[in-house]
Amino acid sequence: MRRIVSVLLENEPGALSRVVGLFSQRGYNIETLNVAPTEDPTLSRLTLTTIGDDKTIEQITKQLNKLVDVVKLVDLTEGSHLERDLMLVKIRTGAEQREEIKRTVDIFRGQIVDVGPEIYIVQIVGTGDKLDSFISAIGYAEVLEVARSGVAGISRGDKILSV
Amino acid sequence: MEKLSGSEMVVRSLEDEGVEFIFGYPGGAVLHIYDALFKSKSIPHILVRHEQAATHAADGYARATGKPGVVLVTSGPGATNAITGVATAYMDSIPMVVLSGQVATHLIGEDAFQETDMIGVSRPIVKHSFQVRHASDIPITIKKAFHLASTGRPGPVVIDIPKDLTKPDELFEYSYPETVKLRSYSPARRGHMGQIKKAVRLLLGARRPIIYAGGGVILGGASDLLRELAECVNFPVTNTLMGLGSFPASSSQFLGMLGMHGFYEANMAMHNSDVILAVGVRFDDRVTNTVSKFCPGAQIIHIDIDPASISKTVPADLPIVGEVSTILTEMLKQLKEENGNINSITEKNSLDDWWRQIQIWRKENGLWSDRRYPESDQIMPQQVIECLYRVTDGDAFVTSDVGQHQMFAAQYYRFEKANRWINSGGLGTMGFGLPAAMGVQLAFPDQTVVCVTGEGSIQMNIQELSTCTQYNLPLKVVNLRNNYLGMVRQWQDMQYEGRHAMSTYEDSLPDFTKLVSAYGHLGFEIKELADLEDIMKEAFSMKDKLVFLDIFVDPAEHVYPMHVAPNGAMNDMWLSKSKRT
Ligand SMILES: Cc1ncc(C[n+]2csc(CCOP(=O)(O)OP(=O)(O)O)c2C)c(N)n1
Repeated sequence: MRRIVSVLLENEPGALSRVVGLFSQRGYNIETLNVAPTEDPTLSRLTLTTIGDDKTIEQITKQLNKLVDVVKLVDLTEGSHLERDLMLVKIRTGAEQREEIKRTVDIFRGQIVDVGPEIYIVQIVGTGDKLDSFISAIGYAEVLEVARSGVAGISRGDKILSV
Repeated sequence: MEKLSGSEMVVRSLEDEGVEFIFGYPGGAVLHIYDALFKSKSIPHILVRHEQAATHAADGYARATGKPGVVLVTSGPGATNAITGVATAYMDSIPMVVLSGQVATHLIGEDAFQETDMIGVSRPIVKHSFQVRHASDIPITIKKAFHLASTGRPGPVVIDIPKDLTKPDELFEYSYPETVKLRSYSPARRGHMGQIKKAVRLLLGARRPIIYAGGGVILGGASDLLRELAECVNFPVTNTLMGLGSFPASSSQFLGMLGMHGFYEANMAMHNSDVILAVGVRFDDRVTNTVSKFCPGAQIIHIDIDPASISKTVPADLPIVGEVSTILTEMLKQLKEENGNINSITEKNSLDDWWRQIQIWRKENGLWSDRRYPESDQIMPQQVIECLYRVTDGDAFVTSDVGQHQMFAAQYYRFEKANRWINSGGLGTMGFGLPAAMGVQLAFPDQTVVCVTGEGSIQMNIQELSTCTQYNLPLKVVNLRNNYLGMVRQWQDMQYEGRHAMSTYEDSLPDFTKLVSAYGHLGFEIKELADLEDIMKEAFSMKDKLVFLDIFVDPAEHVYPMHVAPNGAMNDMWLSKSKRT
């Protein structure tokens, strides 16, 4: 099963490598990874998605909790939550395709954020699935480059991940 | 406030932490610290001959005393040489603080001379690590390191110190923090009361119970409590390799070690049990054999300080996370409350059938109920350990290396007390025994310390005989010389049709008696069984000399019992070369 784990991490040198190292060391996989500072400068928030059965996920969360740099973590998939991935896609487009690409971008509630003589850069925000669907939907055009942020997530309601 | 340089702060912090010994080796990046150490003279420094030995010696010291061992090494090769010992301590959860020098801050990342990313290299084998960024952080970092190393599930902690932070001419206000708090670190202490109550009820209802106790009992200082609990309910007790000594071998309730080379009665009792009380163990693959076949009828109560140990390999029916000592105390209290007095508990527990069955197993194939090893015209390795046990009254500190000799020592030296059996159980590090024995002997100068080894293992850190000379360490070395990498040979006999690929030295072994005498020690060769006990007695009567006993044993002997693998269960064992369960 796919899981989204959010981790509050001490903003210390080497902290990120301990988390990433744990995954390779113990043979767990990371599908996506997203890290950035939080409103508290001493903490970073790291969100990763991984795939595994309940036993594996239990071990992953326990082993993460054991890391001294990990302050707190939550498996967002245990409850109701929001997840967002941001994607920038660079597409080559001739004049004849421009309208169609625009329509597809609209359907996905995306934006064209940069335009060149033969280039569109499209921004799409949503779940990983939505971004994947966009890429297949745009299959008729030539996709030159894709950059994705990895999933960021947050629990719905009053459940809060903080110290 | 007092003003000190970075290197003086390192030394003073270690003093204020109450450190008794530093095991180390100097080099460029730590010379400022060594100079401060030289001037202060407060903490004895043991100069080893290889940094691996520094970590093993600190480890041996820690296992025998329960206090963190302290290591000081230089950057680059000094740090990487220490790595095997750090990994060894990590696998067995041994408290250790390793101070490694680092190149100066402005050189980090430039592939400077003797630069190694020690934080990166050691990352997967430490409980935590720090690279000091500002000299003024040295005291608090050292405080944190000791706190982390010695609390919760213990383990090694590395502190990497760039050379420029230890400059003698830059002074800082020094004070050593009394306490330290880390917001992200709060190991569990008390177990969950509801779980404890449920566990007690399960224990009292058991008909075929067993206590499976490991290194966590020793690390948690809970041997006496374990014994009290076991006696209170009259349950049989088995120990892991790491747990030997946590329960007295002389007790009639003791079934010996379990696992791959465990006792028949211990493995049988585990397999046939209905309730397992697992205390401070981790269901290691060397214990469980095939996990899917592990103890099919047993409900498992698992007590451990580390939540990640629970249900990692074998699912626990009733986990209790916390300090072993507080949990066992609470369990005893509950037992007594529920049952008035202890006698009524044992009566209520009609374990007679179970004990009768265990006696049958013991009689059939127990290692202590009869001689189980073959006749031979050579000395049998088991006889050496039995003799050692007699000569030392079962009261020595025994360190060991890794191989057949280690298993024979675990099987035949009947440990009565915790912290006396010192071996690398998790990593299985050849070369551990001699330096570990040095650490033990330094901590207990008046006690008998013996290293049981093989001619393969001893040569991995034999240079430490020189350290023993320098510090007058009168330990005893018992070398079970079978002229092979014996454990490798055993596997080759059993699984590779006797093809002994690279497990023999082809007559290249040194004359160990000459070798040790070159270091200033005494060595004896023993080839006849008739000489064994007398020479050993003589050796152990020499209280102020290191004596090396090179004992020629039957090279063809195997360690039994041995789990049948792959796909075997706990109760599938080879009992000799031709007999299996
Ligand atoms: C550093 C290291 N290298 C290799 C091994 C693999 N190994 C396990 S036991 C063994 C043989 C040990 O031989 P010896 O020390 O003579 O002991 P014996 O088994 O003969 O008693 C070897 C090579 C190991 N455990 N540690």
